[in-house]
Amino acid sequence: MLLVKNGRVVDPARNTDASMDLLLDNEKIVEIAQPGKISSNGFEVFDASGLVVAPGFIDLHAHLREPGQESSETIESGTRAAARGGFTAVCCMPNTKPVNDSASVTGFILDRAKTSGSVRVWPIGAASVGSKGEGIAEIAAMKQAGIVAVSDDGKPIATAKLARQVMDYCRSLDIPVIEHAEDVSLAAGAVMREGVTSTRLGLAGMPAAAESVCVARDVQLAELTGARLHIAHLSAKGSLEQVRSAKQRGLRVSCEVTPHHFTLIDEDVQYDSRYKMNPPLAAREDREALLAGLADGTVDAIATDHAPHEPALKDVEFDRAPFGITGFETALSLALEQLVHTGRVPLMRMVELFTSGPARVLGLERTIAAGRPADVTIFSLDRPWNFQAAEYESKSRNSPFDQRSFKGGPVATIVAGRFVHKT
Amino acid sequence: MTHRFRDLLALEPLTADELTFLLDQSKPFQEIQKHPLKKLATLRGKTVALAFFESSTRTRISFGTAASRLGADTMNLQAEASSLKKGESLLDTVHTLDAMKPDCLVMRHAASGAADFVARHLDIPVINAGDGTHEHPSQGLLDALTIRDRKGRIDNLNVTILGDIQHSRVARSNIHMLGKFGCRFTLCGPAMWVPRELEQIAPRASIRRVFQVEEALEDADVVVVLRVQTERLHEPALSASDYILLYQLNRERLLRAKPDAVVLHPGPMNRGVEISPEVADGPQSCVLDQVTNGIAVRMALLFLLSAGHNEEGSHPVNDVQQPRNRRATDVKDPSHASR
Repeated sequence: MLLVKNGRVVDPARNTDASMDLLLDNEKIVEIAQPGKISSNGFEVFDASGLVVAPGFIDLHAHLREPGQESSETIESGTRAAARGGFTAVCCMPNTKPVNDSASVTGFILDRAKTSGSVRVWPIGAASVGSKGEGIAEIAAMKQAGIVAVSDDGKPIATAKLARQVMDYCRSLDIPVIEHAEDVSLAAGAVMREGVTSTRLGLAGMPAAAESVCVARDVQLAELTGARLHIAHLSAKGSLEQVRSAKQRGLRVSCEVTPHHFTLIDEDVQYDSRYKMNPPLAAREDREALLAGLADGTVDAIATDHAPHEPALKDVEFDRAPFGITGFETALSLALEQLVHTGRVPLMRMVELFTSGPARVLGLERTIAAGRPADVTIFSLDRPWNFQAAEYESKSRNSPFDQRSFKGGPVATIVAGRFVHKT
Repeated sequence: MTHRFRDLLALEPLTADELTFLLDQSKPFQEIQKHPLKKLATLRGKTVALAFFESSTRTRISFGTAASRLGADTMNLQAEASSLKKGESLLDTVHTLDAMKPDCLVMRHAASGAADFVARHLDIPVINAGDGTHEHPSQGLLDALTIRDRKGRIDNLNVTILGDIQHSRVARSNIHMLGKFGCRFTLCGPAMWVPRELEQIAPRASIRRVFQVEEALEDADVVVVLRVQTERLHEPALSASDYILLYQLNRERLLRAKPDAVVLHPGPMNRGVEISPEVADGPQSCVLDQVTNGIAVRMALLFLLSAGHNEEGSHPVNDVQQPRNRRATDVKDPSHASR
């Protein structure tokens, strides 16, 4: 039994923000009570004075690279990084080698997570066989094996017709479709967002419409099919406006935004491949729109799109570098820096974006209450620290935030009543 | 004058004073080109690595000639002969070259930012001889030198650039060079080759887009005609006959420019496509001067960057100019190389 004392419990699902003590066993939250009401006799005690105690954070979007690209990340190293970043559950995208398009690959991932994972791993299955955009993958069998959603992430579901079929099927299976929205013809050859910076640097750019054209397609198909559609790593103002309008029309459409898209913009790109990801860093006005969407509820979740690549892959000409940056270990601190410390987003809402927000996308609840899973994220609002990519848990170092100083960040991460990270 | 350059990767970050310094440093090397014997010993014992990861004839020969006229040895790497096809990374390739101990690396590469990337990893000076669609700084300098010689100045000129500006590293270097001197730019070509973002790539320069070639040439002091490139993909491709119809610089169109306007082309020219033969060979054309000046500019760059001459000192060719009958090869003071 673990007693977490004197923490400031922030639980958006119950609109709670109060000093409370929690008693956890190795499965559930046993009791929640006023400070000092639970006797600490014989229990392990964690003093959370001055810290925020939140429901366990969920990351809807990560690449753990196992099976197939273990030199960049493994389930073991990736989940250690996630734990260090305050995440208690991580949804891993299916673009592994082989692609997670079958119950056997799903089973492999869950087995590895059970034996070597620090946090919960919730696999996302491929929407199409091999994510090739031809036939529908064995979604029902994967759902039985444990996937929480489907996606062809890394690329969109190839055609409108297939997207429609996948949405129809997933509606009947009651599982969300997560879409990497990109018109691949508009984005062909591009390595960053089209704009003054791409023009100045002579780098091929994709317009914002490369994303929003595909969001338009998918929102209309969600309307046609009644499916639960979730837009991954949304980056453009025009895409956000479509999600906002879809929500107003009552469609089951949600979206996530990454910390790098609400922190950086295309002007930050200087031929440094740590600034290369897809969707690329967007324009200043897009970032402003995302910050507004994070504040007003249009955005459902902050997701990292943690995309580790070993140095040999990333340390090449900008044009040749693969897309993607790591994200677990800096996500919360960037959210504090950009959203909370600036006064743009209340703390309660920020916690929602990491907890009940992503949970709702998956059809789950996330709250601190007796009988709920003993997954808890404890963080500081003001403790200074410096991120050193080389010294952290991910096997890869491709972060534009290397050496950045932060105010506040993860302190302890509890999964099933046990510390998986504690500073 | 001291200079702060270790590398020459782009003209964009340089100030007007620094650019003027580079042009002034090229001046004595222009004189050398007129001597019957053109070889100096300034860089004797130095080695210049020429790494061309993208095909090039004139720029490679120009840098090679510049190095040889300074007395330097060269190492040549060409992409088709290199191990790149065997899957070696750019970084491994340039580290290998670096291990052969050149004093300077001149590189061309098809990826924008490649020279910048390499310079971050090597300790020797890197000269960008063209990176993708980003910059071609030595071309920007030699164009400015050519204009300064013909017009007596490079400030406050009306410069019209014709062609696929979006994919032109020459146009970017021209803009970043001449823009620092108050030149006003008119960019002209089909709209998909002249996106509106180009108007903002040099915040302090006046840049406008015009889609009619006749209007674009009005009052021009300088006309830069870009090669319509067949080897690199134009996005999207445009029919050559449409291009000729709409944008070819011919004698009649050139009449719209100022009577003393000069015409530049970075070469190689497609005669009869982007430029008509009578303009290419006419009195306003500077095309061959550009080629000659290219050697002078590149000699100055190699001298400044690979000789370690970044403190006060006399110019190596000053000695050459004094007695009319003294030959360039008489300058053998080894202190030039060791300073």
